[in-house]
Amino acid sequence: MAVSEVATTSDTYTASVRRWPITRLLEDERWLSFVLLLPTLVLLSLFIAYPFVKGVELSVTDAKVGVPGNFVGMQNFAALLNDSIFRIAVWNTIVYTAVTTVFKLAFGLWLALLLNRNFKGKAFTRAFILLPFIIPTVLSTFAWKWMFDPTFSVINWTLFRLGLITSRINWLGDPNLALISVIIVNIWRGVPFYAISLLAGLQTINPELQDAAAIDGARPWQRFWYVTWPLLLPVTMVVVLFSVIQTFADFQLVYVLTGGGPANATQLFATYAYQIGVGTGLLSQGAAISLAMFPVLLVVVIVQLLYIRRVETL
Amino acid sequence: MTRISRRELLRLSGGGALAARAGGIASIVAMKQAPAYAQSTTLHWLRWNDFVPASDALLLKEIVPECEKALGIKLVIEMINGNDIQARTTSAIQSGSGPDIICALNNWPQLYPESVVDVSDVAEEIGKAQGGYYDESKVVANDGKKWLALPWCIVGALLAYRKSWFEEAGYPAGKFPQDWEQYRAAGKELKAKARPMGQTLGHTFGDAPTYAYPYMWSFGGKELLADGKTVVLNSKETVESVKFMAGFWKDAYDEGGLAWDDSSNNRAFLAGTCSCTLNGASIYLEAKRKPEVYMTEKGTPLWQDILHAPLPKGAAGQFGYHLPMSNMLLAYSSNQKAAKEFLRWITSKEVYQKWFDTQQGYTVGATTIWEKDKLWDKDPVMLPFRTAARAGRFPGYEGPADRHAAEVLSKYIIIDMYAKAVQGMPADEAVKWAHEEVAKIHA
Repeated sequence: MAVSEVATTSDTYTASVRRWPITRLLEDERWLSFVLLLPTLVLLSLFIAYPFVKGVELSVTDAKVGVPGNFVGMQNFAALLNDSIFRIAVWNTIVYTAVTTVFKLAFGLWLALLLNRNFKGKAFTRAFILLPFIIPTVLSTFAWKWMFDPTFSVINWTLFRLGLITSRINWLGDPNLALISVIIVNIWRGVPFYAISLLAGLQTINPELQDAAAIDGARPWQRFWYVTWPLLLPVTMVVVLFSVIQTFADFQLVYVLTGGGPANATQLFATYAYQIGVGTGLLSQGAAISLAMFPVLLVVVIVQLLYIRRVETL
Repeated sequence: MTRISRRELLRLSGGGALAARAGGIASIVAMKQAPAYAQSTTLHWLRWNDFVPASDALLLKEIVPECEKALGIKLVIEMINGNDIQARTTSAIQSGSGPDIICALNNWPQLYPESVVDVSDVAEEIGKAQGGYYDESKVVANDGKKWLALPWCIVGALLAYRKSWFEEAGYPAGKFPQDWEQYRAAGKELKAKARPMGQTLGHTFGDAPTYAYPYMWSFGGKELLADGKTVVLNSKETVESVKFMAGFWKDAYDEGGLAWDDSSNNRAFLAGTCSCTLNGASIYLEAKRKPEVYMTEKGTPLWQDILHAPLPKGAAGQFGYHLPMSNMLLAYSSNQKAAKEFLRWITSKEVYQKWFDTQQGYTVGATTIWEKDKLWDKDPVMLPFRTAARAGRFPGYEGPADRHAAEVLSKYIIIDMYAKAVQGMPADEAVKWAHEEVAKIHA
């Protein structure tokens, strides 16, 4: 090909690309990143920020269903301090979240370590483990409700047949057992999430590190504690963070199992907020109860995110 | 295709509209033509899933086409779980769109007075034509100035009990324990034979309050004085009722009942593990519907061994709290006129009669005329439901059935007062706690 021909082609190419102002703008990385982030920003604003701001707005008014209400400052929050049922809900929510998180983490990690090994039917088992998490919560909770039924409980029947109990256990009728029962169901439902997430984390760890530790004479426990666990920690922290937020705001499970009863023994933030906001139409008070969770969750999130950052920079 | 001339169209539509405006249902029926304003109107009616499936079938298969024929209104009936209606109502009102008419339970109309249409004209007309409303229907749907909703029905709550088992305990048919002492003694005897009474004191909207409130009233306990402000829950009478309940529960009741929901006692009774429970007539109707499924221990159909009775008397009298239902016409509806016509039509004697018949006594009408219906001659076992609503009161008594009463009800304060005592809290402490909670709500 002659040089002149190449020059002609090059001129044509240059002429065909018109650089619009928008193109020139997007060549600036700051503007490009803003444009790329814009859809996310819009979605977050619509579905996260707006409801949150609306919730804050409601909580400082005396709004009822169908009535916008007037500004009342912190009155709704002050009323909560004097509300004995709210205090019970706070305590229950803390116990519920703390106990379930510890057990979900322990069982989830144990399950993840088992599933990370090679065995026959591995893929099937991994899929099967996810079942409690896949089934709609309301559906599985109804099944648990039947299992805890004071008269027809299959758990009681089995324990009775095995000779382990002589009289039936009042799973949901006894205040302490009722909270334990909802905790058991939450753990059952939450373990697969931990297991699969931690399994994903385990699979990112290079097996050569384990091999090297083994050659150096490390025992299984030492290999876990000094090799696996530090590498898994960032993933674990993120999983725990998500789980704590979800558990703290749990609603469906308690609503279906006990409705917060008996005598508020299983009342949580979310169920109480629903009871007040929807059951009584006092939207502002319901919003205040919901927002009372926020400072606690904020502290948890900040502490965990700071910890994750520290772990990652080590 | 039949052609309609312009003149004819104007005549027909004008006649329909005029008839609907001037003469109501009678004129519409006489015209044999739907009123013009409603020709293309679609109405959305939200209701609960009825405990009597035949009633829902009637509404969908017969009432919907009849409504279109009579009023020219296309009726869309949506049936959902009773527990979910309030959430739907809240979102509909807040968003300003949703069902035109919502069939509310309890005193929910009092929670949304600003968001419903005044239906006094229809309510007064129906009440006048049908012998007046029961007090319970009135206090939940009327705020003292206007009708916030049109009363629809009352779900009677009575004790369903095993005839043969009570006979063995010394109460032959027709001689049910009259007061709480007798009832407790019978329950103690029955529980000793593994036939406990069954009752919920859990957080469930139907059976728990319809038991706890009348029980308290019968001892003389009440939330408020008639001024609607003075809280008088912490009284000698209330404490007495709580003390009695703590022992009564252990003596006579299935102790698992603290966690029951509205369907648990139905299951327990139908399974033969419970001798007596407060409920609507659904236990009996279900047993009668499936006689081959529900049998006694002797192999006879269970329904033949079921009778009904009101809650026993206490020192202050005998009371009931039956679940009232009423239809709210939402203010955001763009079909208010047609919706009122529909409410007038569906609640008219002729149309309502069909629905009432399918209920078989599970609900009584909101007006007293239905006490005289021939339905009550069909089955003597259902007869106690006929006049049950006469003894009905509503939470908040002796004050109004307003928003405060609803808050006390939805927080289950009265129910929890008894539940706490059953769980071991001293009676006076349980009452003190409940009094303080009620006082805070009324502050």
